[in-house]
Amino acid sequence: MKIGIEHYLILSAILFCIGLFGVIARRNLLIILMGVELMLNAGNLALVAFSRFNGNLDGQLMVFFTITVAAAEVAVGLALIVSIYRWFKATGSDDLTLMKL
Amino acid sequence: MEGILFYIISAVAVLCAVMVVANPFSKNPITSALFLVVTIISLAGLFVLLNAFFIAIVQILIYAGAVVVLFLFVLMLIDLNEEQKRRIKFATIISGLIGAGAMIYVIISALCKSGFSSANKNAIEGSPSALGNAFFSRGEFLLPFEIVSVLLLVAICGSIYIAAKDKNKL
Repeated sequence: MKIGIEHYLILSAILFCIGLFGVIARRNLLIILMGVELMLNAGNLALVAFSRFNGNLDGQLMVFFTITVAAAEVAVGLALIVSIYRWFKATGSDDLTLMKL
Repeated sequence: MEGILFYIISAVAVLCAVMVVANPFSKNPITSALFLVVTIISLAGLFVLLNAFFIAIVQILIYAGAVVVLFLFVLMLIDLNEEQKRRIKFATIISGLIGAGAMIYVIISALCKSGFSSANKNAIEGSPSALGNAFFSRGEFLLPFEIVSVLLLVAICGSIYIAAKDKNKL
């Protein structure tokens, strides 16, 4: 059986939508960050598949930048969550009601 | 052989990704983090199938080694007891299903319209030396590479400042 680029792209779309579901449906800030990580990983998979099936290394070079930005995003996001927990004693996105009248 | 491996690894990846965001057995975020490790390792297996060996190693080192450890570290810092009591509302699940379903419909219909060309040109290997040559000898990606290091420095300083308890002492 021959595995072409379409298999990898459909798998990448499925993983992206699972991450999107986590971002929309869950109310815990940590799980929302994990959903964002899943979406970034799905993008990485699509980039590597493009690189493999075009005979070109540029896709894999882009993955380096994605991984670096994902690491920076996780560091800042987790620092924000720690800071939010210190203020509100909660990590649900429903609890952040500081500006509510 | 490659087809069987692809289907096994992708089934593991999709199942564990579902368990990350919607675990029916426990609402503890620590189990989500551990399932995220399994998803990431199976994605590294897919990268090996795609001949991107160095990316696979970097994926395991950075995601499974650093990012998930950071997640677990923060999970240990905060109190998770009230998370267990939280009820999941029905409306949020419906809205999530609608959003994700619409997104997957858009992506897959766009893929079907585009028409795949599985020409399968000469398979290149993403070995460390090939990637290093592509980064540093051609010179196209030199400036982005340096800018990304500045981005990491900014992220370090920013996260230290945001998470600091007493900002006057910094």
